[in-house]
Amino acid sequence: MKIRVRFSKKGRVRFISHRDVARVFERALRVAGASVAYSEGFSPRPKISFGLALSVGFESDAEYLDVDLAAPVDQEDFPRKLSAALPDGLMVVAVAPLEPGTPSLQQSIVCCEWDFEVIGLDEAAITQAVSELLERSEVVLERDRKGKRTAVDIRPAVLSLKVAGPTANGVGLSATLATDQVTIRPDELIPLLGESVELSRAWRRKQWTNVDGQQLEPLAAAGDHRRETHVRDIGPIELAAAQNAAAGSKT
Amino acid sequence: MSETTVRHSTAPTVWPQLEGLLHRVSKPARYIGGELGAAYKAPNKDLISWLFVYPDTYEIGLPNQGLQILYEIINERSDGRADRSYAPWTDLEALMRAQGIPLFSVEHHTPAGDFDVMAFNLSAELTYTNVLNCVDLAGVPVRADERNIDHPIVMAGGHCTYNPEPLADFLDVVVLGDGEEAVGEITDIMAQFRGSGSTDRTELLRELSHLEGVYVPSMYVAHYDGPALRAVEPRFPDVPAMVRKRTVSDLAEWPYPKNQLVPLTEVVHDRLSVEVFRGCTRGCRFCQAGMITRPVRERPADQVRTMVKDGLDRSGYDEVTLTSLSTADMSGVDGLVTDIMNDSDACGAGPLSVSLPSLRVDAFGVDIAAEIQRGRRTGLTFAPEAGTWRMRQIINKLISEDDLYGAVDAAYSQGWKRMKLYFLTGLPSETDEDTLGIGELAKNCVDIGRKYTKRASTTVSLGGFVPKPFTPFQWFGQNTDVELQRKIFLLKDSTKRMHGVNLKWHDPKATLAEGITARGDRRLGPVIEDVWRRGGTFQEWSEHFDVSLWTEAMERHGLSIDWYVYRHRTEDEVLPWDHLDAGLHKDFLWTDWMDALDEVGLPDCRWTPCYDCGACTGYGIEHVVASATAPAGGSQGTAGPRTKAVPVTLGMGPRQ
Repeated sequence: MKIRVRFSKKGRVRFISHRDVARVFERALRVAGASVAYSEGFSPRPKISFGLALSVGFESDAEYLDVDLAAPVDQEDFPRKLSAALPDGLMVVAVAPLEPGTPSLQQSIVCCEWDFEVIGLDEAAITQAVSELLERSEVVLERDRKGKRTAVDIRPAVLSLKVAGPTANGVGLSATLATDQVTIRPDELIPLLGESVELSRAWRRKQWTNVDGQQLEPLAAAGDHRRETHVRDIGPIELAAAQNAAAGSKT
Repeated sequence: MSETTVRHSTAPTVWPQLEGLLHRVSKPARYIGGELGAAYKAPNKDLISWLFVYPDTYEIGLPNQGLQILYEIINERSDGRADRSYAPWTDLEALMRAQGIPLFSVEHHTPAGDFDVMAFNLSAELTYTNVLNCVDLAGVPVRADERNIDHPIVMAGGHCTYNPEPLADFLDVVVLGDGEEAVGEITDIMAQFRGSGSTDRTELLRELSHLEGVYVPSMYVAHYDGPALRAVEPRFPDVPAMVRKRTVSDLAEWPYPKNQLVPLTEVVHDRLSVEVFRGCTRGCRFCQAGMITRPVRERPADQVRTMVKDGLDRSGYDEVTLTSLSTADMSGVDGLVTDIMNDSDACGAGPLSVSLPSLRVDAFGVDIAAEIQRGRRTGLTFAPEAGTWRMRQIINKLISEDDLYGAVDAAYSQGWKRMKLYFLTGLPSETDEDTLGIGELAKNCVDIGRKYTKRASTTVSLGGFVPKPFTPFQWFGQNTDVELQRKIFLLKDSTKRMHGVNLKWHDPKATLAEGITARGDRRLGPVIEDVWRRGGTFQEWSEHFDVSLWTEAMERHGLSIDWYVYRHRTEDEVLPWDHLDAGLHKDFLWTDWMDALDEVGLPDCRWTPCYDCGACTGYGIEHVVASATAPAGGSQGTAGPRTKAVPVTLGMGPRQ
């Protein structure tokens, strides 16, 4: 039996890496008494697969992993038990059984919603920079890919971006950024608002999967259709992106 | 680097300032604490507070079992509390110095200077400059004589403290030997002192100097005759002339760590560790650990099983290592390993792997390895240490070639494809024939492997020998870095065309730097301080190691490397650690040194009559072993063929 786990990563534990989180979960699953299935072969590994990596230092309400279990777990009790075995700051929010054939997290996540805190410019200047960025039809970014410099238009990946107001140390932003096809990372996006603008805090609020043109929260996509609220309304730009993504995945 | 002085901070925590810096440094998880098993005992002025510091990075320091044991023991006390700290990497250190953030504990991020004790583990000479750096980063004067009652007591324990003299200017207190009992006694004295209302730091240090195993360098004075050391003597009649190491007689009374720290980020030994015995009487003459930790004290097998089971249940680890200096020598180790594997199968968790830190070089050792490495067969490591039987008799590592080839044959036949062999070079009376013998052994191992797999390979890992205090080789003049390099190239040339033999070696310049401090006296203090002031931290790291910092500092302070490192010592010479007692009689060590030069081996006294090295007799204790007979098979120190003694002299002289 496979399950999909949604968890949060907050506070000091945000400074551990994606690989560290994987190791922490491997141990916590054992402590919580879950019988994780192991791969066959010379060097058996527990069958756990993670979604998109979260950069070191970023926090999240919506991280996911899929676990292949050798024996079922009590779904009501399991989130509490697993959370108890996790360090402070990592908490299991919900668990859903994964229907056979559900695409993997890596394959199906199409975009993430973010909140950012940026420093270096005041709110008015940030607001100005945001609207200028959104007005551009093309934003070309140079990237190093395996030693080769390539130019990518990342504008289509910025699905939404708006100023949310002042925060404790700077200015808050909210964004929806695509993670399939053309993608952009938060640490690439923020410097586009100005040379002096620095990302000081980032929170991943939601991740969305695309199932037949409809965007679903990954637990809902796992087959937990009771969670109607986890279907996302999408605007025209994103609809186009979603359609592109759907078209892309079919080819 | 110490130009910017960190002010002694009274802030209860540096976390608010630190947090904003962590996204700018590599591996920020080093600094956040939060490990499973961390104590988080709240700061409280009424408690004696200890900060246990490992003077290297978090990844290297966290797994240190000694610090974890003492950390738990102090936190279990109603009158004590303990936090931990590690040397911040250079990127964070620069930010800390720029912003006036002192060294902090990883639990509460309390400034290090706010603790009553800063207790360092000294496991390697090349971390000495990091000790100074950590003290300075704490806002505490690096020199002991500049500290006052408001500063922590700067303390050290661990294997390197058997010659603490090079650090005598910087350490207030040194603890020799097992710390389990000593840390409690020190806490008692400090609590009494606090209760007395006294503010005389010297009085406290003098009180501490009365404890067995506690050495207070400032209570002693060193006398010299020119370059020679005449004596290190106590300044006061109540301070002991000879400081004896501490030895815990029964490990069963100390089932620690009970809550091994499980880090959130990857560290060098990321698995459960259970210490199965302490001490080793194999008698390898180059090995300081084996000499200073005698006698052998086994943990009862039942307790080992319980500690493994409880440890796995609470940590979630799927790997356990049974630690000791030579785990295959544990009484009934094969049965113990089988029991542990069966316990694990019975509880239905995933596959468990058991690892032993060192394998015995015989087929028996390989059989155990096969039992415990059911799945992952990556590589096996053996440590013959020397390339010829003659040399192995000199170092008393009595492995016959038959044993080694038997072990290697067993390993390749059971599916292993890669062997790793550890060797030392620069050993006493080593000839080029001995050095080239290393290559021959490796080649023969590959040839054996070829019978089973075309991919058979053997990696030779070559370390430069540094003579250590309290070993029979403490009188031996270390090979020069030039000589070590010559031997490395000699072996490299000879193995170049040996298909399947790979050679790796330790930088001879690092071996030189290690040699400077290993057997140095108090005159080395200014050299260490000089290296540190010129930025020489993290000297264990090749990207930061700089031998010229050491050689130039020696020259600046008028000290001769030849005198301190390359010179053979004579029997009547006063050694800088002669006022310390590691349990071993000096005349036993000298006789063993002479036996070494005569190519005479010495059997393991666990299974043969006592030859009175001093470790048991002087302390009224004895070996604690479940079985008084040697494990089956193998020739290491038990039944090896002995060639007739052929006396040799150190013919090649000090500058080989």
